[in-house]
Amino acid sequence: MTKIMNYNVNEKGYYGEFGGAFIPEMLYPNVEELRQKYLEVMAEPEFLKEFNQLLKDYVGRPSPLYFAKRLSEKYNTKIYLKREDLNHTGAHKINNTIGQILMAKRLGKTRIIAETGAGQHGVATATVCALMGIECVVYMGEIDIARQAPNVARMKMLGAKVVPALSGSRTLKDATNEAIRDWINNPVDTHYIIGSAIGPHPYPDMVTRFQSIISEEIKWQLKEHENRENPDYVVACIGGGSNAAGTYYHFLHESDVNIIAVEAAGLGVDSGESAATSVLGKEGIIHGCKTLLMQTKDGQITEPYSISAGLDYPGVGPMHAHLAKTGRAEFMSITDEDAMKAGLELCKLEGIIPAIESSHALAIFEQKTFKPNDVVVVSLSGRGDKDLETYIKYFKL
Amino acid sequence: MNRINTKLQENKKLLSIYFTAGFPNLNDTVKIIQDLEKNGVDMIEIGLPFSDPLADGPTIQDSSTKALKNGMTTEVLFNQLKNIRESVNIPLIIMGYFNPMLQYGVDAFCKKCKDIGIDGLIIPDLPVDVYHDNYKEIFEKHGLINIFLITPQTPDERIRFIDSVSNGFIYMVSSASVTGSQSGFGDDQKEYFERISNMNLKNPQIVGFGIKDNATFNQATEYAKGAIIGSAFIKFLNDNSVENIDSFVKSIR
Repeated sequence: MTKIMNYNVNEKGYYGEFGGAFIPEMLYPNVEELRQKYLEVMAEPEFLKEFNQLLKDYVGRPSPLYFAKRLSEKYNTKIYLKREDLNHTGAHKINNTIGQILMAKRLGKTRIIAETGAGQHGVATATVCALMGIECVVYMGEIDIARQAPNVARMKMLGAKVVPALSGSRTLKDATNEAIRDWINNPVDTHYIIGSAIGPHPYPDMVTRFQSIISEEIKWQLKEHENRENPDYVVACIGGGSNAAGTYYHFLHESDVNIIAVEAAGLGVDSGESAATSVLGKEGIIHGCKTLLMQTKDGQITEPYSISAGLDYPGVGPMHAHLAKTGRAEFMSITDEDAMKAGLELCKLEGIIPAIESSHALAIFEQKTFKPNDVVVVSLSGRGDKDLETYIKYFKL
Repeated sequence: MNRINTKLQENKKLLSIYFTAGFPNLNDTVKIIQDLEKNGVDMIEIGLPFSDPLADGPTIQDSSTKALKNGMTTEVLFNQLKNIRESVNIPLIIMGYFNPMLQYGVDAFCKKCKDIGIDGLIIPDLPVDVYHDNYKEIFEKHGLINIFLITPQTPDERIRFIDSVSNGFIYMVSSASVTGSQSGFGDDQKEYFERISNMNLKNPQIVGFGIKDNATFNQATEYAKGAIIGSAFIKFLNDNSVENIDSFVKSIR
């Protein structure tokens, strides 16, 4: 059973000074309806039953917590991998889309929209829409459509309409803008499934709760492996931060658990081609929430860069901004090069091809030394199939 | 008295025009404002361009992108406007998204507006609740009127709240849409205009979104105090020279 904890976002939707709902009035009725109902709906026994049933029978949960023996030997510490890559559709994204499609049904919505960068969230959304027989429109930057052709094809096969975002830089942030505009234009019948722990309140909290199944499972699985519920470290990569939010959730208040957040440094934090928001960002407003955000000194949102499309976002979720500001989480940044090496290393040592996003989390072992008895749980948020072309080009395979 | 309030007391239907500062050329701002006033426009909304304008359709998005490329910034706009009150008397409103104002500093931004002679602000992504709790005092200290939007979906109770927080006019969004996305008004709009009119709000209403010509201007102002034109004017500037602003204004009324 997914236990719904009443955690850290306050009544006004803030994590410390971050969060809130900075939305045009046109979105107010939809966001307000969601705010009033989401906790109530998520606590309904029937909702929980359906959600957990689908996670088990359709997604394939629980995902294994795997002791990575050879990787552990190499770095002389105890490394566990939370295998979100083994979920249906290949990443953690489906946990949230299952939750939100059930939410949308209970709100009486008959049309779903979503944004996607690399296409993983788009595929996860198209999948649950097919499952429920609901119309699905996915916004995707024109540039991303060109470089993520297999995921575009997947979405189409699943019956979704993929609409190119032609504005701005034509990538994830613009796809998000277009999805928001669609929602403004269709205020009655449509639910917007945001894919990350971002957006106006209650989205960051709702997405986090749907993803919190990750840390809930880690607790009992670690008990079986190590006879303890709490690891010494939990590690996850952060773009907007949904897999990280789910990985941390049940450990946020456990002071003996260290939290590590891994951002994409791109070509290097100071190179001008980076997505390390905690270092390069400043408090600001993006897509309806106040958070840390990469921007010009004039307040224009800038374009991030990472080899990994899933980390290529100019902000982080407000919960993570709060974790960074308060020092609850240690933020590290990993370059393209180090992430790619770590990805290939996991292939060779453990027989697992990781998503490049997840490879960033794996790369910290070259930067940080852990004690031999430390238990380090790393979220392996997705599988690398979608990244084959990037791996092929990068390593000239 | 704030110029907006004075203007609202005039016994006529008001025509307000929006344009994006820095478009089509970086230094067109002052000329556009002067020409609009000269041709009888009652009020002007000066758009401070933003990289991610969520509530705007493609026309205003494109003009914003071009304006930013042309080099428009908050500081540049303030510099262009610093002597504007030597030549222009009608109310001037800055319309922009909240993040650039937040980065400038809300108090500093408001102070600068006051010094220049800006009368009000429209900030689509600063909700009335957040304004009321955090920024109202700052705006009022500098004598600025903040203008809020309502839509056909805004609940009556919230409209009453917006009315109580407002001290100028209410920006009535004609239909559920981003800017520049519809053609003409139907029965739904008429019903909505009538419903709002019957609420007897203390603030007059000015209709925006979907007004582009004489017919839509007349429809919108049948119940409301005035109407705002944005995308249609940007399109005009895109296709014509800034020298021909008079022909655009004359086509509206």
